[in-house]
Amino acid sequence: MKKKVKTLLAMNSRNYISVFFSDEEPLLQAVRKLLASNETILDVRSPFPVHGLDKLLSIKRSRIPVGGFIFGALGATLAFSFMAWVFTVSYPLIIGGKPYFAAPSFIPITFECTVLFAGISMVAAMLIRSRLKPDIRFVPVDEKITDDLFVVLIDSANGKTTLEKIRSALSDIQTVEIR
Amino acid sequence: MFQSPLRKPLIEGTKSYRSITTDIIDPMMNKPGKLWYFGVTLSGAAMMFGLFMMFWTVWQGIGTWGENRTVGWAFEITTFVWWIGIGHAGTFISAILLLFRQKWRNSINRSAEAMTIFAVICAALFPLIHLGRPLLTFFIFPYPNTRGVWVNFNSPLVWDVFAISTYFTISLIFWYVGLIPDIGTVRDKLKKGFKKSIYNFLSFSWKGSARDWHRHEITSIMLAAIATPLVLSVHSIVSMDFATSVLPGWHTTIFPPYFVAGAIYSGFAMVLTLLIIARKAMKLEDYITVDHVESMNKILIATGSIVALAYIAEIFISWYSADEYEYYNLVNRVTGPYNWAFWIMIICNVVSSQLLWIKKLRTNLAFTFFLSIVINVGMWFERFVIIVISLHRDFLTSSWTMYKPTIVEFGLLIGTLGIFFTSFFLFIRVFPVISIFEVKSIHRISGEKKGKDLISNE
Repeated sequence: MKKKVKTLLAMNSRNYISVFFSDEEPLLQAVRKLLASNETILDVRSPFPVHGLDKLLSIKRSRIPVGGFIFGALGATLAFSFMAWVFTVSYPLIIGGKPYFAAPSFIPITFECTVLFAGISMVAAMLIRSRLKPDIRFVPVDEKITDDLFVVLIDSANGKTTLEKIRSALSDIQTVEIR
Repeated sequence: MFQSPLRKPLIEGTKSYRSITTDIIDPMMNKPGKLWYFGVTLSGAAMMFGLFMMFWTVWQGIGTWGENRTVGWAFEITTFVWWIGIGHAGTFISAILLLFRQKWRNSINRSAEAMTIFAVICAALFPLIHLGRPLLTFFIFPYPNTRGVWVNFNSPLVWDVFAISTYFTISLIFWYVGLIPDIGTVRDKLKKGFKKSIYNFLSFSWKGSARDWHRHEITSIMLAAIATPLVLSVHSIVSMDFATSVLPGWHTTIFPPYFVAGAIYSGFAMVLTLLIIARKAMKLEDYITVDHVESMNKILIATGSIVALAYIAEIFISWYSADEYEYYNLVNRVTGPYNWAFWIMIICNVVSSQLLWIKKLRTNLAFTFFLSIVINVGMWFERFVIIVISLHRDFLTSSWTMYKPTIVEFGLLIGTLGIFFTSFFLFIRVFPVISIFEVKSIHRISGEKKGKDLISNE
């Protein structure tokens, strides 16, 4: 699905129809209608997260937290085992009469490394999965999407979906523009 | 959706999504006013003064400071702990209040997070110059080296390095993740040109897709979830720099929670200082309302009372423990040569915040502004009391001494204040001070509505 969005948008041809709204309510109604009439929604873009949209578009819950957990666990293991190795194998040294393997005093650094690994990995995962990267050539579908415009992008590459069809389907919903 | 008619709106005035964008971005795009130039010049001058004093410290050595053999830690560590504490409110607002779904945080989180980052930068300078030889800082990092030794992982000072660098990194990426959609907004408002390219680059080609929003929200909430224990751990570890020693006045188990509460207390005071100016200077009164100030004042009451309880607990335990050194330390605090510092601490931290129980005072902006500065002074003295008073009376009476800060040390404090405010002044010109997309997302539920819109169903 995502690849499709990218290639379709990149071609910049009339392979998709965009419907613009001025608020989230008409957008949600329209998405319900379009899905009911079996249209393929490529993407919905909005100036802020629209709640209820995830369910409608059946976006699966992201697994970023799972990745964060795995990397966090990795960070914890690395940090703890490194400190244990340093103080028992590499350079055993009695400090303040404590045992070589002073596990409780390894906990703070272990915790910090857990958080560091988990945090960085989750942000990296988000950037990679959403293909967010610095790119000065990026051009948005419409410059008002980050301001006050909500847009639904509908796949029209199949030949069956036409502007007229969409217009009549959404006739009783408040739209700003359909093009 | 339902808007409770009982709750006051979080955003005042009738706004549209468009007007929210312009309200927040315009003060950033327009030419800055006289107040901004005045502020940036003043703080820039303070910064230059501080940078010179830093240079002087490194050039001449630590002898330019008032520290001596007995009082080896004083002004700089005080200021270090103070700055780290100030940073904590930013994370508290952005992480803990997000987990508790406090919607009022949306107007203040961005600037509070920026404040965290600048405060941590200021704080990190102090251990660096306190080394006397900053070029040898790398000794603290555990890497295989020709010296053949590792750092001491049992030492809270090493924990501190890990805690603060992790805290800085996580705060920075948390802040930037939140900024990405708003940088996109700025990008799309700009006309073609060099500036637009820069924002385009910084916006990571943000397109506002539903899937991106989904991941963005999950990542934000997860970062908040890990930043919450992180922020508590950072000041706990800072407090362990003291608490793991055997010095009376430092050697107490109450330190970690006491320091964390104090950190959030002073941090909120600093947020108030900054925002009461910023809302006026940038005409953001509709977004940072008196209610926001009142909510923050309520947190000041809560954390201020915890700090007061911690003081009482310290006093009680120093008597109850029957440890004569500990008891002497208490008596010396109250009646000794530095007792003025102790009383400044009590008046500024304990007495002042209790005044906020009066509703008239906590909704009064001028009073809040004044109080926020008082609290920050008090919190600086709290660390001074803990550090200097505990040190200056050594176990050996022959080592008893007094500590007097020099102009260089004052210069370092003024200089970091300069760095902090200069960074903040530059920040408000470069990035939106209020999280635009978060304000938009609460606008429908918590914005001011015309009568018929009060109850509308989806």
